[in-house]
Amino acid sequence: MPDTLLFALEASLNGLTAGVMYALVALGFVLIFKASGIFNFAQGVLALFAALTLVGFQSGQIPFSHLINATLGTRLHHFGWNMPTVLAIPATVLVMIGLAILVERFILKHLINQEPIILFMATIGLAYFLEGFGDIMWGAEVKALDVGLPKGMSMAVDDATFNWFGYGFYIDRLEIWAAGIAAVLVAVLTVFSQYTKQGRALRAVADDHQAALSVGISLRFIWVLTWSIAGIVALVAGIMWGSKSGVQFSLSLIALKALPVLILGGFTSIPGAIVGGLIIGVGEKLFDFFMNPIIGGATENWFAYMLALVFLLFRPQGLFGERIIERV
Amino acid sequence: MKMTRLAATLAATMVVAGPTLADTLHFPSLSYRTGPFAAGGIPFADGYSDYLTLINERDGGIGGVPIRQTECETAYNTERGVECYQSIRNDNPLVIQPLSTGITYQLIPRTMEDGIPMHTMGYGRTSAVNGEVFNWTFNYPANYWDGASVIINYLLDENDGSLEGKKIALLYHNSAYGREPIPTLERLAERHGYEFLSIGVDSPGQEQGSQWLQIRRERPDYVVMWGWGVMNPTAIQEAANIRFPMENFIGVWWSGSQQDVRPVGDGAHGYKALAMHGTGMDYPIYEDMQRYVIDAGKYAGTGDEVGTVLYSRGMYAAMLAVEAAKKAQEIHGVAAITPAMMRDGMANLEITEELMVELGLPNFGPAFSVACENHGGSGAAMIQQWDAQAGEWNLITDWIDPDRELIMEMAMDDSIAYAAENNISPACLN
Repeated sequence: MPDTLLFALEASLNGLTAGVMYALVALGFVLIFKASGIFNFAQGVLALFAALTLVGFQSGQIPFSHLINATLGTRLHHFGWNMPTVLAIPATVLVMIGLAILVERFILKHLINQEPIILFMATIGLAYFLEGFGDIMWGAEVKALDVGLPKGMSMAVDDATFNWFGYGFYIDRLEIWAAGIAAVLVAVLTVFSQYTKQGRALRAVADDHQAALSVGISLRFIWVLTWSIAGIVALVAGIMWGSKSGVQFSLSLIALKALPVLILGGFTSIPGAIVGGLIIGVGEKLFDFFMNPIIGGATENWFAYMLALVFLLFRPQGLFGERIIERV
Repeated sequence: MKMTRLAATLAATMVVAGPTLADTLHFPSLSYRTGPFAAGGIPFADGYSDYLTLINERDGGIGGVPIRQTECETAYNTERGVECYQSIRNDNPLVIQPLSTGITYQLIPRTMEDGIPMHTMGYGRTSAVNGEVFNWTFNYPANYWDGASVIINYLLDENDGSLEGKKIALLYHNSAYGREPIPTLERLAERHGYEFLSIGVDSPGQEQGSQWLQIRRERPDYVVMWGWGVMNPTAIQEAANIRFPMENFIGVWWSGSQQDVRPVGDGAHGYKALAMHGTGMDYPIYEDMQRYVIDAGKYAGTGDEVGTVLYSRGMYAAMLAVEAAKKAQEIHGVAAITPAMMRDGMANLEITEELMVELGLPNFGPAFSVACENHGGSGAAMIQQWDAQAGEWNLITDWIDPDRELIMEMAMDDSIAYAAENNISPACLN
């Protein structure tokens, strides 16, 4: 096989795994948009906050220690023990559920029946608040995140492709795990929304708030449920991205990677988020591979948006999104 | 009504208690403690502030005049940086330290017009070394082109004086900052015969899959990195993933802090970076810092960044600012100096090893002197290597000089072009 084809194949495989990482972030957006019609600007910050909280628990960091020290003149930083990952993850999930309750209680409850743009603006405010709150609670230094996921080159893939093609492909084991975790996540979310009472209620609210309310479904409960699930998905995204490059405040910018994925896959489709992620991932890697020698590198950010723009021209609702026809 | 009264009382208190222009020396800090690059901005701001606090607490200020510190948050955003400058430009700021190449480019013409000196230590516009064009901008003790040249000189040493046939890749942050070393590395490639390859990474740099696949395909002998923020640990992690020999991976001084290597764990062992100053707490100054600042609870931030690479850099920047202020006082014979006098102090600054010893910072920075023809100091830097097991940076070389002849030649071309574009007649101010 010619070298160029081999390299392109390797780039495509890496694009698929990178696409799954993007899709993990996009999933959180889809969940909230489906259930409440809100484009949650704070989803990236939710991932950051979840990852910060997880590392904080793992390392036994005292929350708000900087604030306590500045106020009381103490030098407290750590409890002196580390929490095992198997306990730290459930504890973080509880924090994310608590956060969902607070978001509903202090923001969403007061904005029922408001225009989507108002709710969107509220999530922008939430993003800024959470970023600052996370800083005060856990500090702004870069933190290493290790939940035991393997990292580095997959020797199995390297050996297998070397035997087949005479050239070993590089794939990061972390991204292979991310693909597996994303598959499990999508399966669980699908089963939940199709076969459980709460899942059906969630879909009913997504279809029509008023009708759902009229049959006794609690809108407030559904919003807490949705934001809790989005928080858990954010935790998964935070773990995967945090394991890759440490937990730091730029983690919130991974949301920028999710936007073109959403435009491509549609804002209301869970499979759309996955397929959109894969298309963006493969597209940007192949574009970089073929165009780099001609136009130089650093194409990944803008190419994803260009691709999304092209899709918008032909299919504004995305690949799997619902086509909405409004009569005027 | 109560609120109005409270606000009035507070305002009155601030007017009464606040220091006035005449009896303080204003050292503003354009810092970034928030946003995606906060992890790098916080230790620098802490180091800068702590040193100035030390001078106030221990020495009672500079020449008997207390230092007044102000801090403005830029979030490493150019527009906010310019807004910060606008908010302090009339408050007698003695020196502006923008801490961002993007902000520097915006402030060069403004500071020139306002007559306020600017210090861009190890960043900013390299050709500002030409003081005849950039009268108010200083970039001592080293700039990006120095850094690129020092790395090549180090690699020449490692390869018995020849890089013929070698391939060197530059992995750069796709910004004004990241693109700065490209012309130097291209010129040096012509001179030393190595093959040069530049690979850009879009900001912030969390996803570098394509770049490292390219590095894996191209198999460069060395990778040089010009990164910042999350780009650095991501690149080091990717290098570890593809098993690139870490000792052949060298970052600029903005890619060589604890924040860059710690998230990678053992995989970062052996990674190298430029050091424009010493690091760690093995310097006598820390005895005073502990006594007057840390133990007294007067430290900036959380107090847990003391001695780290970026804290040391902030402290070094403050030390150079204080020494320039002393020089200005000496030249003009007044203690309450103005920004214009401060510029004179910076333009005549002389840092010797004897002075560094006296300040409690032996061999912490290079000896250099500033002149109109050279606002950039010596350009020397050292190479440090990360020991993941010990969790510390170790200096593995002494000061390495850059190819200053070439750099000054390139800087002259660039600065003269800038002068022509902006109708500046090159001339020394003093």
